[in-house]
Amino acid sequence: MTKNAHPLRQKYTRSHILRTTTCPGCGIGTVSQAILRSIDELQFDIDDFIFVSGIGCSAWIPSPFYNADTLHTTHGRPVAFATGVKLGLPDKHVMVVSGDGDLTAIGGNHLIHAARRNINLTVVLVNNGIYGMTGGQTAPTTPRGIKTITSPYGAMEHHFDISPMVVAAGASYVARWTTYHPRQLTRSIKKGIQKKGFALIEAVSQCPVQYGRASKLGGAVDMLKHFKKNSVRINKAREMGAEELQGKFIVGEFTDLEKAELSEQWVRLRCEMMEER
Amino acid sequence: MQRNKRVLTGTHFEMGNWACTEGAIAAGCNFAAGYPITPASEVANLLAARLPEVGGTFLQTEDEISAICSAIGASWAGCKAMTVTSGPGISLMQENIGFAVATETPLVIVDVQRFGPSTGVPSVGLAGDIVQVARGSHGDYQIIALCPENPQEMFDLTIRAFNLAEAYRVPVFVMADGFMGHMREQIVVPEEDRIELKNRKVAEPAETVLDRQDFLDVNVAPMPVFGRGIKAHVTSSCHDEHGMRNLSDPEVMHRYAMHPIEKILSHRDDIVRVQDACEDATIALVSCGTVSRCARAAARLGREEGLNLGTLRLLTCWPFPDQEVRVVADRVDHMLVLENNTGQLYPYIKAEAAHACRVSFLGPQTLGQIHDPRYILSHIKEIIQ
Repeated sequence: MTKNAHPLRQKYTRSHILRTTTCPGCGIGTVSQAILRSIDELQFDIDDFIFVSGIGCSAWIPSPFYNADTLHTTHGRPVAFATGVKLGLPDKHVMVVSGDGDLTAIGGNHLIHAARRNINLTVVLVNNGIYGMTGGQTAPTTPRGIKTITSPYGAMEHHFDISPMVVAAGASYVARWTTYHPRQLTRSIKKGIQKKGFALIEAVSQCPVQYGRASKLGGAVDMLKHFKKNSVRINKAREMGAEELQGKFIVGEFTDLEKAELSEQWVRLRCEMMEER
Repeated sequence: MQRNKRVLTGTHFEMGNWACTEGAIAAGCNFAAGYPITPASEVANLLAARLPEVGGTFLQTEDEISAICSAIGASWAGCKAMTVTSGPGISLMQENIGFAVATETPLVIVDVQRFGPSTGVPSVGLAGDIVQVARGSHGDYQIIALCPENPQEMFDLTIRAFNLAEAYRVPVFVMADGFMGHMREQIVVPEEDRIELKNRKVAEPAETVLDRQDFLDVNVAPMPVFGRGIKAHVTSSCHDEHGMRNLSDPEVMHRYAMHPIEKILSHRDDIVRVQDACEDATIALVSCGTVSRCARAAARLGREEGLNLGTLRLLTCWPFPDQEVRVVADRVDHMLVLENNTGQLYPYIKAEAAHACRVSFLGPQTLGQIHDPRYILSHIKEIIQ
């Protein structure tokens, strides 16, 4: 690695990994930097993290790049794997990084149940609204009307509104930002890492190659401008009607509360039972 | 009932699913995940009560997929992990059984089998999963599967399953069924210091993954367990000996698929166990699991009538005991394969034995019911005429 490499790259990534799998203009770099910057600003040791990811473009954020324990799992299951890792290592930070297809289509059930359990995981969900890696198929997050390779006449289904869904499932902390908001995104990831409970940070991200083409939004810069123009703060959105909010990205913190967390309850139960011995 | 003890030394009269639970606890299991399913539920129910008493964790998951995934995650966190289910659950777990194989994860999967296909008959213990546990996940691999025949062996072989999983860094199946799972018999739990336990070798930290060899060693690479600063890179995608993904080098692809297979086959003498009780027999009754009890009873009945019967019992059905079957095939005139299914192991036995003796198959008189020893005997009398 050259001395000119980014300090986060030098400090936190595997030096022998020289290539990424992302396309030019992808939002994944922004999200990855926000994650590493969060760990750095918190002055946490990356050896105290276990990163778990599934299948899809954004699952490649930690694996193979982060120089830490990384578990690259099967499609849709990273939250289930991470639940076992966290219960086995309750003192460590367990972070799931994966995409909207992985975490809300094939793995949707695990996501809502982990939120219900309120297990102390930090889930960074990169939502690009499409299946990027497999060539641009409709995702459960693709807005109605958009023509993708599997909805060539326009998507007919309604899309998931992920953050409110995870709030409803019982998470302790939920925030949504776009890649136009890297600083806010970093702040929320920091909060999510520190939160004792299930934390979801939804990062709406641009996929210029698949989504940009399908939606005719254009390249990365055009998509970021689109995020900027259409983002509405959650407190402002609460005063707006459904029609006004059509096509908007509601950003900000959706929930931030204290409630019983699963892995800590297990530690306490085990201590109590062992004391009885 | 003694509480909070890891090994419940003494003589008990309990069901097989109790024995399996206590075997797991005695083996050092400290993480289990499961989803309710008949006839396996009692194992999960009992683990939920017992694990916290010994410092362990039980997770009831949203489905069997989550059960095996969280058990694999816990194993990477350093736990001795297991999951327990029946056939429909195994079907759901198959993709991630392959994940455990490919990532060389120690794990015990207890399968209390039931009548299939599909939802079938939950409480009838047909041995319907014998082939699916060995061949059900996609790709080529080898698996270890142990076949108890009674509650005592559900205790003994569950301990052995944990030891094999730890020794070889592999998922290991305990192939029980609804009959023995729900059957109550005497179970002798030995003194704690009489139970031999094995623990996985753990990798040492190094500067980078390239300085270590964490994977693909036929003599079992040390495991880069999480949370110890080892900076493990774990993926079930094709990877090299350091665990790093490699999807382009044909040599790496070959090693990725072959080493986990060779790891099991090269240690098959340590893994494979059979009971060969057909020393002077001319007809060998070959079986595994619950049916072995019927085979033994039939052989005893037959010998009383002067028939020269013996039994060959497979305590390990995978890796397949090919050499052991061949040895017996060379000795006898006829091998009668008894299985409580339509003949899942039969083709494998036939392939090893048919060059040396006659081989035939006998399912139960009514599928799903236990073979009646007199029914086996009358069948034998027919075929020797």
